[in-house]
Amino acid sequence: MYRRTIFAVAAVMVALLFICGCTGTTTDQTPAEKQQLRIATTTSLYDTKLLDHLTPIFEEKYNAEVLIVSGGTGKAIEYGQRGDVDVLMVHDRAREDAFLADGYGVNRRVFAYNYFVVIGPESDPAGIKGMGPVQAFKTIYAAGESNTPGVTFISRGDASGTHSKEQAIWKAAGFNYSTDIQGNDWYQEAGTGMGATIAMTNEKQAYALSDIGTFLAYKGDVDLVALVDEGDALLNVYCAMQINPEKYPDTNIALAKEWTNFLISDEIQQEIASFGVAEYGQPLFYAAQNDWEKIGVTEAEVKDPVA
Amino acid sequence: MYEIVEGFLEAIRLIVTLDPNVMAIAVRSIIISLTATIIASLFAIPLGAAINFGTFPGRKSLINLIQTLYSLPTVIVGLLIFLLISRVGPFGFMRLLFTPTAMIIAQTVLIIPIMTGLTISALSGVDPVIRDTLRSLGATKLQFLTNVIKEARFAILATVAVGFGRAISEVGAAILVGGNIAAASFASSTRVLTTAISLETSMGNISQSIALGIVLLVIALGVNLAIAAVQHR
Repeated sequence: MYRRTIFAVAAVMVALLFICGCTGTTTDQTPAEKQQLRIATTTSLYDTKLLDHLTPIFEEKYNAEVLIVSGGTGKAIEYGQRGDVDVLMVHDRAREDAFLADGYGVNRRVFAYNYFVVIGPESDPAGIKGMGPVQAFKTIYAAGESNTPGVTFISRGDASGTHSKEQAIWKAAGFNYSTDIQGNDWYQEAGTGMGATIAMTNEKQAYALSDIGTFLAYKGDVDLVALVDEGDALLNVYCAMQINPEKYPDTNIALAKEWTNFLISDEIQQEIASFGVAEYGQPLFYAAQNDWEKIGVTEAEVKDPVA
Repeated sequence: MYEIVEGFLEAIRLIVTLDPNVMAIAVRSIIISLTATIIASLFAIPLGAAINFGTFPGRKSLINLIQTLYSLPTVIVGLLIFLLISRVGPFGFMRLLFTPTAMIIAQTVLIIPIMTGLTISALSGVDPVIRDTLRSLGATKLQFLTNVIKEARFAILATVAVGFGRAISEVGAAILVGGNIAAASFASSTRVLTTAISLETSMGNISQSIALGIVLLVIALGVNLAIAAVQHR
């Protein structure tokens, strides 16, 4: 009897597997001509679900399949240099320029921007609310060094665009990042994506630098507030770059161009500007199209389709 | 506490309603890890048998080495495979990075040592009386081998189950070479249970994580029940 029961259970499981397997494979009959586009993206565009929102539109329009690997600007650039993807979507101007100058990337186009925010607990033990970003970082440093209770700063620590921005602000505040900041008891490197870093910051009720998009997407689930949200140093500009076809000729050049042009098209610029408004009451990203002067890029970089 | 209860209830709902997203991830995990286990078995079981029955210099050290590789960190396997199949790597032309195939390769490499080692243990664990009897009855070498292997078949089956368990539960290699891609088509996606749990937790979707975790445990339970059923027959 016992044995029979086991067999029945096993048989049902196997049957279920087959059913699932079959239903799985029916959606699987990709026509051979369907091309694949591989994108390496910074986590903020993925964790906010902006890309989940945009890719189905692209896939339908171009009969393509979009494969997205999400993992921070540093990782995305590494994949780009190795030729493992077709397009990068990143937000770190200095490293983008280096990537282009080294001949790995071409056709940089800016499609969105928003602002970083310094987030922290409502109680704000360091007292940074309403300060400019540079002043806020100086204040956190001073509070951390004097062991003010509850003052901890969580860094992405993963060579992402957000991590770069954070280092730039420390520098602007007059600190040497590796000697003055790293290794302090009040300064902790998470080594992970934006969402995970926010979750960690919430657990520790600490301070962190976040892009506003990811923070808004997580805000409902965490007890953290944006304490510093104004200042030129907080500008966050997102761009797409194609891998240089001269370096890696078998990347999907045609589709990579279509993707870049898709992002700067009027239709998608409107999608980007309205994304999240219904849910969060404010946009997660702004369209770059008409604000090129404000965000310090050329008009060609936001408007000219890739030829 | 509330979060855990809520997550658990949502998890049960996702499983009972056969949520297509959760099911696709579960089925993909099974397909990838089962394929890896079958391929690894084809290498590991004959290799284990050869080492067990063979007599050659360095046999003891080889077994030691294999046993050391039991604890091969999954991320190191992931890194190794990543470097080999990345575009600039020696096998880059095959364009395998970020595909399910790459995950199968990584998992196969990962579980070959433990399956080889356990096969050796399984075969050497066969009662010496049986070995002696076979020899004294004048069995030919082939008869001897087939009978010892037949004697150890349940232990070898358990070896396969252990291999499958390690393959389906690892996350380090899967995320490095698979990329945790959720594509529109089933075959292009590389999101499996472990990588999905990792992502969903970092995105704050605890209930999804719990649901996927339960599915992973149910699969492990299913494999064990199936093995037990065969062994009790």
